[in-house]
Amino acid sequence: MISKVLIANRGEIAARIIRTCKKMGIATVAVYSEADQQADFVTMADESFLVGPPRVNESYLNIERILEVAMEASADAIHPGYGFLSENEQFAEKCAAKGIIFIGPNSNVIKQMGSKIAARNLMKQAGVPVVPGTDGVVSTAEDALETAKQIGYPIMLKASAGGGGIGMQVVQSDEALAKAFESNSKRALNFFGDGSMFMEKKIDNARHIEIQVLADEHGNSVHLFERECSIQRRNQKVIEEAPSIFISDETRKLMGEAALQAVKTLGYTNAGTIEFLVDEQENFYFLEMNTRIQVEHPVTEEITGVDIVEQQIIIASGNEMTVKQDDLQIDGHAIEVRIYAEDPVTFFPSPGYISHMELPEGEQVRNEIAVKEDYHVTPFYDPMIGKLIVKGKSRNEAINLLKQSLTTYKVEGIKTNLPMLLNIVDHPQFLNGNTTTAFIDKYYLTQRKN
Amino acid sequence: MQEIKASMAGSVWKIVANVGDSVEEGQDIVILESMKMEIPIAAESAGTVNELKVAEGDFVNEGDVLAIVE
Repeated sequence: MISKVLIANRGEIAARIIRTCKKMGIATVAVYSEADQQADFVTMADESFLVGPPRVNESYLNIERILEVAMEASADAIHPGYGFLSENEQFAEKCAAKGIIFIGPNSNVIKQMGSKIAARNLMKQAGVPVVPGTDGVVSTAEDALETAKQIGYPIMLKASAGGGGIGMQVVQSDEALAKAFESNSKRALNFFGDGSMFMEKKIDNARHIEIQVLADEHGNSVHLFERECSIQRRNQKVIEEAPSIFISDETRKLMGEAALQAVKTLGYTNAGTIEFLVDEQENFYFLEMNTRIQVEHPVTEEITGVDIVEQQIIIASGNEMTVKQDDLQIDGHAIEVRIYAEDPVTFFPSPGYISHMELPEGEQVRNEIAVKEDYHVTPFYDPMIGKLIVKGKSRNEAINLLKQSLTTYKVEGIKTNLPMLLNIVDHPQFLNGNTTTAFIDKYYLTQRKN
Repeated sequence: MQEIKASMAGSVWKIVANVGDSVEEGQDIVILESMKMEIPIAAESAGTVNELKVAEGDFVNEGDVLAIVE
């Protein structure tokens, strides 16, 4: 069994991983940058090491330095959290080469799922439905127009090397496609050094629904039902809930089976998430697989009672996981909101000094938090400063508790998205569960402009 | 003369205009990076880039002048 874990991450997820390690009697090692010296996760860990200056390339992405610390502290495993090195196959390989357990799947699977096109082709082989689209890159506008004839409009044009919505555009006609291809390809080349594009059918009124899986080295695998994560801004999730009130029990079963089929085909181990787009008729299509713990994992933990980080450590130790599919049941309803340090209308970041902070409390209220009062939020990292998770017996009960909790949530000195969250949880379409990926554009931003 | 200022703290990710370039209103001069987001900073009116006050990789605070457009 693993006895000492180095957490190659920061903020709320580092703190959350340390908590489970403590519960399991496992020693913890934190690594931190100069910008994070005052952060709570640093003092929570049994040992902590400064790894470098604030910039991520010199600290949280500094593979050599992090491995050096792991050796020096005699950590037998590294938990990468999410972001940073969590989906970096070279890092996973280098850990293995040093005899350190990487808490995640093997490097080969990370690599396969890291390529949008390879992932899509593997899923097709596994019999998992994928969005109709190109199986390879499209390099010229002429090729794009030819491909459009087979896919049919509306089409989602995406940069092959893209991320964060850059180089992505929906087009409705040949004229629009020709124009969008040139401009997005140029933009992708500017941003990522690679202008190649691919095309997918745009699924109208799509929901983003994902399945959490766990698999061990002994051939056991389970799915922990779905998370509904449709409410997004800048293609990043803002509100997540479990279960989804949109899908039927039959769809839930089919999606769970498809996810487990993917796990078997890939020979996947540890925790992972298979993201799907679901259309109005409940057809579902593979979007991508995240080969790591997700930001929104707490909602699944709340409705299943499973500590996902604990299972990750058990699996990484080479043991059989202690969760069985037949024992898993959905209990109640959980909702998570992400608190971002940003302008609630323009979504521009808002780093700065937090002069005052108050968190909601309650038995069914869970705070995962990266900051505190009298604390500087620096511009070096992601704007997410915390997550608020609530649980109720029903969705309505959870929503009421969420509203109440958001009202008492105070962060002063910087701008946050709290006003936006309060607005959304009161919106009739949210209350009805009518949440698609266009929710914020359609209801929130339009309302703001008027 | 217009001063092109940083709208928030962050680092200079890319400079996309050169001294002597004529730029149009709304044309990007500098792309800042803050909290993992790229934020384009554009000219407010047409003119010529007279001076670039920062280099790629520099850290800037909110309100710092990035460039001068005449």
